[in-house]
Amino acid sequence: MTKRSRRIFLISALFGVASLAALLVLTALKGSVAYFYTPSDLAALAAPPTGILRLGGLVAPGSVRFADGSDATVTFLISDETASTTVTYKGVLPDLFREGQGVVVQGRLNAAGAVVASEVLAKHDETYMPKEVADALKKQGRWQEGETKP
Amino acid sequence: MYDLANPDRFDRFARAATPWSAAGALLLIVLGLYFALFNSPADYQQGESVRIMYVHVPAAWMALMCYSAMALSSVIGFIWKHPLADVAAKSTAPIGAAFTLLALITGSLWGKPMWGTWWAWDARLTSVLVLFFMYIGYMALWSAIEDKTRAARIAALACIVGFINVPIIKFSVDWWNSLHQPASVIRADGPTIHSSMLTPLLLMGFAYALVFTTLLFMSMRTELAERRIARLEAASRAPSQVSVT
Repeated sequence: MTKRSRRIFLISALFGVASLAALLVLTALKGSVAYFYTPSDLAALAAPPTGILRLGGLVAPGSVRFADGSDATVTFLISDETASTTVTYKGVLPDLFREGQGVVVQGRLNAAGAVVASEVLAKHDETYMPKEVADALKKQGRWQEGETKP
Repeated sequence: MYDLANPDRFDRFARAATPWSAAGALLLIVLGLYFALFNSPADYQQGESVRIMYVHVPAAWMALMCYSAMALSSVIGFIWKHPLADVAAKSTAPIGAAFTLLALITGSLWGKPMWGTWWAWDARLTSVLVLFFMYIGYMALWSAIEDKTRAARIAALACIVGFINVPIIKFSVDWWNSLHQPASVIRADGPTIHSSMLTPLLLMGFAYALVFTTLLFMSMRTELAERRIARLEAASRAPSQVSVT
């Protein structure tokens, strides 16, 4: 073995071992690397989590209710394809918050199984286009908000 | 191309190429910013805030590109013991770190109006922060080790191991639920970004790439000159020490 092929072997081995280590760590962390649970993840848990949790999904259309009075409490459903969870939140909502939008809320579960949120974050998707194009595509029925590719 | 591997030839080439690279960068930045700020539409969802994309996304591309270039130079430098590759890797680090910091700062400024937060510990944001620390660590290794040959060897190994983070950053948004949205441009089924917004984004991307080559040529030439000075000093010191003792 020449010195050069020994060096090639050394870095290949080092990179291989380090990749394996990274793979193992990431597999072990799989649950906790995810930034949020979805409502179906939550439903699949054997026992509801007691600490602070993050829940993400789409704001269910027609579910947003603002409480009467001046305390600015809002209630809405976060849903994915199969399950949905009620969220109550008191505070300022981000600009992108609206029905059908992806959001991530942080809070605790109450006794009724609803999330009492202390923070509401809006997600935006990877589709970018001018408003006129979006309107035209919607009018032609070729694309709907929330779909990735027009 | 292979001729450039000679440090003196590279120095001549870089000296000639730097003004062209700088002029190209300046031209593309002016053109790109004009399109980005004045001649491109607002987004249907994000409104005018989408314009932050034109400075944020190319910075993030360059953050990954610089690290990849650094890792490639490190492999060449480590296996073939080529000093120019060591110089290239060393000179890339601060530029990559600057692009990473720019991506983190502009991302934070974009996150506040869109997501509602300056920072979130999601997989994409966290892995990019780790990338920034890896650049800093790499530079610290170079300055901590006196002997340049040894420094090059150890820094190269650290850089190559750290390359694992690059695919993690790229695919973090696909592998895990994250606040950051998935890729819009470099994806298997083609871009999901309208051509009127893709044009300024790509112009800014090329502008950033030319900023990188300009800074790289300048800093590699400085490093080569420093090494030459160190060699000359060592050579002039050696005989006088002999005559004193």
